[in-house]
Amino acid sequence: MTTPPIRRGVPIVAACFVAMVGAILLAPLVGSTTISIARVFDRAVPFADNIDAQIFFIARLPRAVAAALVGGTLAAAGVVFQGLLRNPLATPYTLGVSAGASLGAMVAITFNLALPIGGVAPASLAGATLAVAVVYALATVRHRGFSTTVLLLAGVTLNAFFSALILFVQYMGDFAQTYRALRWLMGDLDVAGYTPILTALPLVALAFVIFAWLARPLNLLSLGADAASTRGIDVVRAQRAAFFGASLATGAAVSVGGPIGFVGIIVPHLVRLVVGSDHRLVLPASTFFGAAFLVGCDAVARIVLAPIELPVGIVTAIVGGPFFLWLLVRRR
Amino acid sequence: MKLAGWITALALGVIGISPAQPRPTRIVSLVPAVTEMLFAVGAGDRVVGVSSFDRYPPEAATRARLGALIDPDVERLLALRPDLAIVYGTQSDLISRLTRAGVPLLRYEHAELADITQTLRLVGARVGRDGEASRLAARIEDEIANIRRQVAGRPRPRTALVIGREPDALRGIFASGGVGFMHDMLEAAGGANAFSDVRRQSLQVSAELLLAREPEVILEAHPPEGWTPARVARERQLWRAFPGLPAVRNDRLHILTDEVVLVPGPRVVDGIRLMAQVLHPGAVRRAAGASGATGYPVRGAEASRPSREP
Repeated sequence: MTTPPIRRGVPIVAACFVAMVGAILLAPLVGSTTISIARVFDRAVPFADNIDAQIFFIARLPRAVAAALVGGTLAAAGVVFQGLLRNPLATPYTLGVSAGASLGAMVAITFNLALPIGGVAPASLAGATLAVAVVYALATVRHRGFSTTVLLLAGVTLNAFFSALILFVQYMGDFAQTYRALRWLMGDLDVAGYTPILTALPLVALAFVIFAWLARPLNLLSLGADAASTRGIDVVRAQRAAFFGASLATGAAVSVGGPIGFVGIIVPHLVRLVVGSDHRLVLPASTFFGAAFLVGCDAVARIVLAPIELPVGIVTAIVGGPFFLWLLVRRR
Repeated sequence: MKLAGWITALALGVIGISPAQPRPTRIVSLVPAVTEMLFAVGAGDRVVGVSSFDRYPPEAATRARLGALIDPDVERLLALRPDLAIVYGTQSDLISRLTRAGVPLLRYEHAELADITQTLRLVGARVGRDGEASRLAARIEDEIANIRRQVAGRPRPRTALVIGREPDALRGIFASGGVGFMHDMLEAAGGANAFSDVRRQSLQVSAELLLAREPEVILEAHPPEGWTPARVARERQLWRAFPGLPAVRNDRLHILTDEVVLVPGPRVVDGIRLMAQVLHPGAVRRAAGASGATGYPVRGAEASRPSREP
């Protein structure tokens, strides 16, 4: 492997971090309405009477933070899935986690499940958990240890099966419910407060602790399982950690923003173009850049059709689709 | 059907009737509002099939169920040997199949409040109940005019008419835009739609847009299923997340869980009255007795009455 020394990549990781912080700070300055920033921070006006401050602190800032959380988490999960499956086309959604999460959300919306703990997000987490459990059981039932090939096949099949169930559930709903369910699938970061972010934060934090531990094992796994085990890696343990960590991250991100596409695949590829393939660089750089990217996409989604919103998943797809084709045809 | 569904499905205008035919005796109606009209003009005993979403009046539930707007069971429909099928204008696939099968059709479309009574007259004329239909339509129009008069001259509160959102969360909020019968109902009830500038039946309302429009009243309209009084009380509290909204500060949050505010049928006047009662407490008298223009009982908004009015 021609991995450049890690020190050369550190400035790039730092630049991605700056981009993320900059995006979170700048995004709340734009929106469908015009607000006065001076008035936002004017302490003389009580918060309850200060519409500008409410728009800034209740609508825009949590939304930017949610976009950063979801974007960074999906990008990191993409990196881990691509490393685990040794497949550059893997996304956070390849193994059926998001299909499970979506199924949970569809059931909650269509059957109007009202729970005192909030309706759709817990249902989508439950669906994600179900999908992960099924895929893991399938991948391990006939194999001592862990087969990534079976994992991939089981995940892709489950994805298709859950997608069929999603259509079935949607079909059971009436027009209004089906429309809202479809809309959920397009991704929405309008969290209107910090509760959804705080709910997902512990799960995301746990996933990132696992990712931090995984960076070095993923480097060795990319050489192949046998090569990795000769270098002293407990391959099955690393694969299991990668699978559960990335699934946890994906489930948490989808429960906040819906299954927003392309972030988890184009961000890791872009980052690898710049920093190489060392996961100690790719993981943090993808996390920060993914966060900045999604904050930017959501800002576009908020303003292009104002006062109506464009679903953020459409923005990421419009940016991501052509980029992906370019990646496919570009000179190697 | 929770006719909120129409909001996404509507096209424009009242269209289409073929010239006079013999009085039908076996009618199928694939739209709940039309089923209500048929029963209201006294042709209910001739209705043999309805859509799967029909549940009003209760007798309608005893008829054969033929599926919904986009996926009617044509085989079952034809087996009923109808001599009139009333279909919505956008059901083009169904229309062509029924035409081939030689089933006489009445197609209609409607978009706004005024179209509802027009459709009622159209349906009444086609089934040989013109007198009843005209009288009922006129009564509905009178009642609506009455409500307009009673709320005239009062300040029209800026109102967000919420027609859907995620259960137990203020996310994915959809509200009525500035066209369509729900918008018209709100205006007739003496409210000013906070999103009337958006020329769509419905729009997704972001937190920012909601805060920027500063609605003085938030009116949620949901189909009754699952909305227990406990849930209504719990979900009203969600709006505290926007403490600066005038509607929240003045506790003018109303969750209406009666389908009269959602179905563009003969009970629409009851829906308007319900809206007017929460928008202008005391200004609108109840309809004679406990029933509205159609003679059917109306579920009140008691469960969703706010704890105090400003």
